Amino acid sequence: MNSQDFQLLSKLVFDRSGLVLTEEKVYLLESRLVPLARQRGMNTLEDLANELRRGNDEKLKEEITEAMTTNETFFFRDTKPFDIFKETVLPRLLETRGSQKTLRIWNAACSTGQEPYSVAMLLKEEAAKMPGWRVEILATDISNEVLEKAKAGLYSQFEVQRGLPIQLLIKYFQQMGEMWQIDSSIRAMVKFQKTNLLDNLATLGNFDVIFCRNVLIYFDHETKGKVLSQMHKILASDGALFLGGAETVLGICDDFKPVSGLKGVYTSANGGMLAATG
Amino acid sequence: MASCLIVDDSKVVRMVARRILEDLKFDILEAEDGKGAMDVCLDGMPDVILLDWNMPVMNGLDFLKTLRQTDGGSDPVVVFCTTENDMAHIREAISAGANEYIMKPFDRAIIEAKFSQVGVL
Repeated sequence: MNSQDFQLLSKLVFDRSGLVLTEEKVYLLESRLVPLARQRGMNTLEDLANELRRGNDEKLKEEITEAMTTNETFFFRDTKPFDIFKETVLPRLLETRGSQKTLRIWNAACSTGQEPYSVAMLLKEEAAKMPGWRVEILATDISNEVLEKAKAGLYSQFEVQRGLPIQLLIKYFQQMGEMWQIDSSIRAMVKFQKTNLLDNLATLGNFDVIFCRNVLIYFDHETKGKVLSQMHKILASDGALFLGGAETVLGICDDFKPVSGLKGVYTSANGGMLAATG
Repeated sequence: MASCLIVDDSKVVRMVARRILEDLKFDILEAEDGKGAMDVCLDGMPDVILLDWNMPVMNGLDFLKTLRQTDGGSDPVVVFCTTENDMAHIREAISAGANEYIMKPFDRAIIEAKFSQVGVL
């Protein structure tokens, strides 16, 4: 792949998603976009780049962005954040939100849905502690393709074996031939919506918890700061932001601070329930 | 170092599982059926057992039921690893005392994920 074609494709992806593709990621570009080029009857990425230059094919631009932003996910990824949510964050929120009995949770960049469904199963398991509570889980992604898969809630044998405890498979899944489908009661707990993290996030409303794990690592410094700043505006001052193990707000956004003792959890720098008691 | 008993009548499966688990720092024991596995356990209970279902002499489910009724037999963490991939078999295994269940084919990622879930990694 020549340098001009790489520049053209990487700039398109950056402008539309914030995803930074450096020269050493050329293999990723090729592995994701060659299948797309072939689907469209082209042989090489040069043909794909030329097609982009030729006209204003909005659908092609969208498909390229989607192909590049689809990332791996699995149920209860890393385990620990879900333990923290269940054992510390959720009990504190149940205590402080006891009068209104509502919770709003956002899974940003949810990919094929394993993370929001993990949160939904966890909440279902904790349902006895939350009688009369109204919980909304919003799960967003930039890619229509992954959102469609997420909504269907259909997973391969391989996918249900990575991170999902067998007891939860028995309890919340049904076997559909070679695939496994998550129960409609869990699917109904999650609302999926297409959202670009570079857009105005205020339209999503306010949240008590935001999961944005293993997303910011793909952005440059400036984009990380902008996204975090927007998230700060829509997260309750005593709410919790979950980032991935390799991510931090430090040196990027002063609006948040780490919560002492809770790895990967951040809260408003202005103080808040978690900071005060953590 | 934690010990893991790999029970499978396929030499190839035992070899693949051994490679993965040795890499995860387990001390490996092997048996090719439930009876052989029971002999190993009576000599000394392993920390973890990776257990096939269909085997000659004594199948995995019968082995597990016997193990759980044996002195010290409730201690090992048992992870089934089998081609039996339907809900009925999974339920039966869990009822008999299995801690986790792997549907073959498996790879390192699945073994690591399942062993982490049951707290042996």
